[in-house]
Amino acid sequence: MTLPRRTHPRPLDIANGRIDLTHGGGGRAMQQLVEELFVAAFDNDALNQRNDQAAFDVPPEMLRGGRMVMTTDGYVISPLFFPGGDIGSLAVHGTVNDVAMAGARPLSLSAGFIIEEGFPLSDLKRIVDSMANASREAGVPVVTGDTKVVEKGKGDGIFITTTGIGVVPPGVNVSGDRARAGDAVLVSGTMGDHGVAVMSQRESLGFDTAILSDSAALHTLVADMVAATPDIHVLRDPTRGGLASTLNEIAVQSGVGIALRESDIPVRPEVKGACELLGLDPLYVANEGKLICICAPEHADTLLAVMRAHPLGRDAALVGTCVEDSHAFVTMRTAMGGNRVVDWLAGEQLPRIC
Amino acid sequence: MKYIDEYRDGGLAQALARTIAAEADPARTYHLMEFCGGHTHAISRYGLEDILPANVRMVHGPGCPVCVLPVGRIDAAIYLARQPGVILCTYGDMLRVPGSKRLSLLKAKAEGCDIRMVYSTMDALKLAQDNPDRQVVFFAIGFETTTPPTAVALKQAQALNLKNFFVFCNHVLTPSAIAQILDSPEVRVLGTVKLDGFIGPAHVSTIIGSAPYEYFAEEYQRPVVIAGFEPLDVLQAVLMLVRQVNQGRFEVENEFARAVTRDGNSKAKALVAEVFELRKSFEWRGLGRVPYSGLRIKAEFARFDAERHWDVPQDSPPDNKACECGAILRGVKKPTDCKLFGTVCTPENPMGSCMVSAEGACAAHWTYGRFRDIKAAPDSKVDP
Repeated sequence: MTLPRRTHPRPLDIANGRIDLTHGGGGRAMQQLVEELFVAAFDNDALNQRNDQAAFDVPPEMLRGGRMVMTTDGYVISPLFFPGGDIGSLAVHGTVNDVAMAGARPLSLSAGFIIEEGFPLSDLKRIVDSMANASREAGVPVVTGDTKVVEKGKGDGIFITTTGIGVVPPGVNVSGDRARAGDAVLVSGTMGDHGVAVMSQRESLGFDTAILSDSAALHTLVADMVAATPDIHVLRDPTRGGLASTLNEIAVQSGVGIALRESDIPVRPEVKGACELLGLDPLYVANEGKLICICAPEHADTLLAVMRAHPLGRDAALVGTCVEDSHAFVTMRTAMGGNRVVDWLAGEQLPRIC
Repeated sequence: MKYIDEYRDGGLAQALARTIAAEADPARTYHLMEFCGGHTHAISRYGLEDILPANVRMVHGPGCPVCVLPVGRIDAAIYLARQPGVILCTYGDMLRVPGSKRLSLLKAKAEGCDIRMVYSTMDALKLAQDNPDRQVVFFAIGFETTTPPTAVALKQAQALNLKNFFVFCNHVLTPSAIAQILDSPEVRVLGTVKLDGFIGPAHVSTIIGSAPYEYFAEEYQRPVVIAGFEPLDVLQAVLMLVRQVNQGRFEVENEFARAVTRDGNSKAKALVAEVFELRKSFEWRGLGRVPYSGLRIKAEFARFDAERHWDVPQDSPPDNKACECGAILRGVKKPTDCKLFGTVCTPENPMGSCMVSAEGACAAHWTYGRFRDIKAAPDSKVDP
C-alpha cells in the first residue's frame, strides 16, 4: 500500500506559529491550514468530501409539509475569550439559536473566517476546537466553510460568520408578529449573564466575577416546548439590547403593548451587583442562552413546566402579559408599584459618570 | 443584594407613599425640586410619580453634569480631538452630546479623530503612559463628585513627570448653581416657578457635606433634605420636606446620613483645593454665566492644562432656537413643553443636552414616562 504523497513536510507550528497572508492565498499553506485545523476539528462526512459546497438529503419533515429556515450572523466580539465561552462556541450557539427561534430543528452550519495577519495559531486552534465542540454537543455539524486572511490592521484578530439552516415541523408557525393581547410572556432564565461576563473581561473594567456567560444552544429546549405546545406564538433570543430591546421589536412587529412586572424578572444577584457598579440596567444587557416565549395564556403553565424541566430553562418565569396598545409600548410595573416605559436601547449602554 | 434591596422595598415604598398622602395638606401644592440628575433618574425609573399624591410635584433641576455643559465646551473638546497627535479621553456620556453644526464627539470619532471612552481618570493616565508619542487629553467634567479623581490624576501625572498628559477642565460647583436658580427672576420676583423645597444631592454631598446648604435654607427660606439615590431615599426625603413645609421650617436635614456628614470628605476637599482654583465665572447651559461656579487648574499644574497648552476656542454658540433645555434645566418648563421633545429630539438623535444623558430630565421622561402623555390625551385613546 502506498500512502498519498505528503504535501506538507512539516505540520503547522500551532504553539508558536502565526497566521500570515499565504494562509488565505489559496495555495498549499491555506490547504494545510484547512486540513490540519478546520477539517481535523469539524470532521464530518459532508466536510470530508472536500467540495466547495455541502450536499445533503432533504429532511423527512419536508415531505410532510415542513418548512426550511435559514439565518446568518457575524461574530465580532471583544474579547475573544470570556468566562463561559469564546467567539467559537458563541458563533455556533448564536446561529443554532436563531434557527431554533422559528421552532425549527437546526440541521447544519457553515462557517466563514476572516482572520487578521499575525493572529496566533494557538488562539485560532483554541477557537476552532471550541467551535467544533459546541457543534458536536449541539449535534449540528459545520458542513462547509471559508477562510480569508486580511492584512494586519484591517481586522480585529478574527471575525466569524456562521449560517444555519433548519427545518420547521409541520403545523408550527412561530413568528414575531403573532403576539396577541392577552398572551403570556415567559423567559427561560436569568437576564444579563452574558453581557456582564464579557464586560468583566474588558481591559478597562477588569473586575473579578464568578459570572459565566450563559452561551448555550437552545434547540433541544425549543424542541421540548414545541412538542408540548405546537402553537407557540413567538420565540426570540434576547441577545444584543437585552430583554428590553427584544420585547420592543416584538411589540412593534405584532402591534401590541407588553406589560412587565419587575419583581418577576429573574436576574442573578451577582449580575445585579455588577450592573449597579457599572450603571447598567440588566434588562438591556445581552444574553446568549436565554429565550423569550409568547403564547396564549392557557398554554403558559404547560410551557413553564416544560421549560423548568429542561436544564437550560430551570429558572423560567412568567414575566408579563401582552396588552392592547396601538403605540406598542413596553411598560413595567416597578417593584415600587409605579409604572415606567421599558424603551429601546439608545446607542450603546454607557456607564454613568457620577 | 445587600445594602441595595433594603432601599428598593416595594412594601416600604407603598407605606411611605401612604404617609406622604396622609400628611400632605390637600389645600396646597408642594413643588419640590430634586437638584440632581441621579434623583431625576430614580424618580422616573421606579415610577415614583405614580405613587406620590397629585399635589406633590417634582420639579427636575439642573444637576446633570452632561446637561449643563454649554455647546461651546463640546466644540472646544472636538477642537482638541482634532489636534494632530491627540487622543481625547472622555466619559461615555459625553460622546453623543451635540455641539454646534450638528457635530458631536461620536461624529468626530467617525471622522477619524482618536477619541476613547474611559471609565476613570486612571485609564486616561495609563493611556498617556502607554502612548508616549501621543498627547492624551482627559475631558474632565462633572460636579464635586468627579473632581477629586481628576485632582488625583493631576497629582499622579506630576509625580510621574508625564509630558503628554493634559486635562481639559470643566468641573463645576453645585452650590453656585442652586443659588443661581433661587436668584432667578422666575423664582424670586415673578413667582412663575414655585419651589417649596429642595432634595439635596447624594454623591456630591458626600464630598462637600451638608453645611454648604445651610446658607440657602436660611437666606432663601427653603427646606433642603439631602437624600440618597435609591427610591426609598427619595420618598423619605419627600416626606421630610412635606413635614418641614407643613411646620413652616426651613432647615437642612440629612436623610443620607449613612454616607453624608456635615463637613463632608475633608481629604477630598483638600486635594481639590490643592489642584484647582475658582474661575471668575463659567457658562452653564440653561443658566448662562454663573459667577464662581467652575474650577480651573492652578498655575502649579499649568503644564497639564489643555486650555493653556492649546489655543482652545472660547466661543459660546447659541443652542438650537426651539430647544427648551435652558428653561427645563431651571425648572421653568417641563420636557413636554418643548416642541422638539419626542419629535426631532429623541435619545437616538438628541438636539439638546437634556435628551442625552440618562439623568437629563427629557431623556428620563422620554425613556421611562412618556406613556403617561398619551394616556393623558383623550383624543389618542385606543379603542379595543
